[in-house]
Amino acid sequence: MTSIETIRLDAALGRDSAVAELQSPSPRIVMRRRALTHPGFLFGCAILLLTILVAIFAPLLTSYDPFGQDLPHRLTPPVWSPKGSWAHILGTDGLGRDYLTRLMYGSRISLTVGFGAAAIAGFIGTSLGLIGGYFGGRIDAIVMYFVNVKLALPGILVALSLISVFGGSVAVVVVVLGVLFWDRFVVVTRTVTQQVRVNDYVTAAEAVGASRLRIILGEILPNVLNQIIVIASLEMAVAILVEAALSFLGLGIRPPTPSWGLMISEGRNFMFFQPYLVTIPGVAILVLVIAINMLGDGIRDITAPEGRN
Amino acid sequence: MLQVEGLTVEIDVPAGILHAVSDVDLHVDQGETLCIVGESGCGKTMTALALMGLLPRRARMRAERLELEGRDLVAAGRQQLAALRGDRIAMIFQDPMTSLNPVYTIGNQMEEIYLRHGKGSRKEARERAEYLLAKVGIAAPRSRREQYPHQLSGGLRQRVMIAMTLMCEPIVIIADEPTTALDVTIQAQVLHLLSDLQKEYRMALVLITHDLGVVARMADRVMVMYAGQVVETGAVEDVFAAPMHPYTKGLLDCIPVPGKTQPGAKLGAIPGMVPSLVGALEGCQFRGRCAYALPACAASPVPLRERGPGRASRCLLDSIPNAPATGPFFAGVAR
Amino acid sequence: MSGETILECRGVGRVFAVRSGMFTANRRLRAVDDVDLALERGEVLAIVGESGCGKTTLARMMLGLLPPTSGTILVMGRPIVEIDRAEIARAVQPVFQDPYSSLNPRKTLASIIALPLDVHGIGTGAERRRRVEELMELVGLPSRLLYVYPSQLSGGQRQRVAIARALAMKPRIVICDEPTSALDVSVQAQILNLLQDLRRELDLTLVIVSHNLAVVEHMADRVAVMYLGRIIEAGATASVFARPRHPYTQTLLEAVLTPDTSRGLPEFVLGPGFPNPLDPPPGCTFHPRCPRAMPACSSARPATLREGGSLVECHLYDGAAAMKAG
Repeated sequence: MTSIETIRLDAALGRDSAVAELQSPSPRIVMRRRALTHPGFLFGCAILLLTILVAIFAPLLTSYDPFGQDLPHRLTPPVWSPKGSWAHILGTDGLGRDYLTRLMYGSRISLTVGFGAAAIAGFIGTSLGLIGGYFGGRIDAIVMYFVNVKLALPGILVALSLISVFGGSVAVVVVVLGVLFWDRFVVVTRTVTQQVRVNDYVTAAEAVGASRLRIILGEILPNVLNQIIVIASLEMAVAILVEAALSFLGLGIRPPTPSWGLMISEGRNFMFFQPYLVTIPGVAILVLVIAINMLGDGIRDITAPEGRN
Repeated sequence: MLQVEGLTVEIDVPAGILHAVSDVDLHVDQGETLCIVGESGCGKTMTALALMGLLPRRARMRAERLELEGRDLVAAGRQQLAALRGDRIAMIFQDPMTSLNPVYTIGNQMEEIYLRHGKGSRKEARERAEYLLAKVGIAAPRSRREQYPHQLSGGLRQRVMIAMTLMCEPIVIIADEPTTALDVTIQAQVLHLLSDLQKEYRMALVLITHDLGVVARMADRVMVMYAGQVVETGAVEDVFAAPMHPYTKGLLDCIPVPGKTQPGAKLGAIPGMVPSLVGALEGCQFRGRCAYALPACAASPVPLRERGPGRASRCLLDSIPNAPATGPFFAGVAR
Repeated sequence: MSGETILECRGVGRVFAVRSGMFTANRRLRAVDDVDLALERGEVLAIVGESGCGKTTLARMMLGLLPPTSGTILVMGRPIVEIDRAEIARAVQPVFQDPYSSLNPRKTLASIIALPLDVHGIGTGAERRRRVEELMELVGLPSRLLYVYPSQLSGGQRQRVAIARALAMKPRIVICDEPTSALDVSVQAQILNLLQDLRRELDLTLVIVSHNLAVVEHMADRVAVMYLGRIIEAGATASVFARPRHPYTQTLLEAVLTPDTSRGLPEFVLGPGFPNPLDPPPGCTFHPRCPRAMPACSSARPATLREGGSLVECHLYDGAAAMKAG
């Protein structure tokens, strides 16, 4: 064997042997494949997207003013009932306001409250969970103390009293709900963080001298994110329901702002003769909440870690 | 004892059909040890699970012949198989921590097998459990019986696993990497135990491992698997002394052997990695990593050729040249 | 070997407090006990022992990830506790056993390998990218894998990524904790060859923590055998393997299963399993399992006998038996 051949053989047996054959497709492709074959995820996505589009383009989709009263045409039934008309597809309420228009504008409230409260709760809860889970020991004990105090608070009652003190604007509802629903974020983030931090890649980052902030945000957070999104979707649904409940009780959003909960509350008086006033916003809440939950479940399934092989 | 012909296991995956095990023949006799050796993904564990009837639900299994003590298992129903499992044929897993149930005492789990197969009364079951725990070298078996798996060390757990498989006096034991999770000194002790018990009860042992040292010391016969296929089989002395398949030779060259390989010298690594098992099989599965590959290797699947009594190899070459320096190999590298 | 000591352990010990119950006092677990080691530039030192012997704790202390509770570790002559975290990181880097847990599954190879460069703010984006490609070439990974995720790689490829990351800062010392025991046999050889090549080319000093004595003999210049936190025998690999002195080392060597079909399973006597490290046996900690234990072994701790570069801790050699008999 000539020396050149020896070198090539060496190269073939040693370095170059790491050949670039890939064992599996990239995680992005795997996720896309899973997403496109997950009916719950697709349904949830479609409904949520639709609701968001409606909320954004509500003024373009309807010619009515959500606050515009039209007493002569009050309590017009929806188009499918014998006395209904295409002028008011979902009919009008007790003050003659177009119900479809109010429903569309109401979605703005629901989505704002849902996203806003989940974002605030998510920020508080995730930060605490990451800190407690990563540092452990005394710091973790303090975090868990906060969680226990929070769990001991009667959430809804606190929300009621805070809103009755600060008034029922959308901003107040968002902040109050956000500050009250972070406990689940802490529990989940903390547990996952504890599992992730024992991985060698965290030790490797420590060994290259990375700061704690960098390790938490750069190494741990990406591995916790999918769980956070799942919890966020659940909390979003809860926040939407609680806002509806508060508004129904007259303690949330103040009239005449169109909120789905408020619409049910206002429709209550006509419930036996005009049941659609209650059922239409009720169905809207139900469908949106189910869609968000299915979306959350879907995200969990899609981003589930792959087996080693 | 155990006779298998044409065992095939296929798994449906998103990208197609994964050929986990392709057309494997094997047999093991009373008192004999057959080692199945290969690297991860070669199908050795799938073969074991198929023999035990424990394949995952997604997997499909076919066999031309599958006989235990002359009884046909291909025709046997699910219930008959379940009745044999743990009774006539038993399995030892790699990680005793995950194969023992953490919420029951070890005595409970051992007796449960005995009772499930209707071997005798509760009292007899307890006596047998204590007897076997003592047999596998566990001191104070009576008090150990009351313990939970987490209270035992890894070595003790594996001993308990072995005792457990012996509860119904099986005639075939399949051990899947039984000592991989153990320390070296414990490994030798557990292997000793396994081999002593095998001799005493005249059992057939199918030992699945990736460790050639274990194979050399334990096996009567060895079966080398690669990419779901048997690539070489024969008596262990013959295979180790003169491997007929380049993969077997590669494996033997890879491991540093005290007193044989020059410390610090380059080890004969096998370049590349295992091919994908998804889709139709073409040519020799090993050709991409083989230093002796010929154009013919890619043409059609290579059959397992009889190469002497009890000896077979899945290679077109009749002998392996000493210096690997053939054309197609370098052509492959240049590409 | 130049004879220049670049890492030194002097009487290093590490005690962990183990919580045993709500009302009982914490118990002390002595994971590493009074370890003396000197690592010379360019050599390969192997630390050998079974699980629970403290070898991983020792490795973590050498990496500066865990402060010793007693003794000092000197990196290039300076105590490790006085050196800035970033500076230690530039001198000593780890390679872990499990290539599945040592790479962040949510990051691409490019960002995994560039992490040390990012942390230390070395170079511009383009320079870092070039360095990453260089490192990938060094460990035998083609640069088209730059934006691939770890889940797409085989175990051997992942271990190469881990090695590339460790080399990014051009460290002097690389501490490999069981670098090949999670890998397949054929891949193990690839990685061992790679480590040998890199050591030669980059003038690295390697510490290999392993229980695989065949690998140790192949790779290491010197070996230290640990049992229950203490180094019980150390010396040049060739001489320790040829003439093991401590009964534990002898047993370990006998337990190695070489692929030799003419030999059966090794016959050795080794008492009950590994002792509870929370409650180590008195005297020589190995005596309950030792085939050559004497009365003196259960009462007195053997003296540490140093002779040239070798070390042994056993009553067979320190004259305790002779004294008793005489």
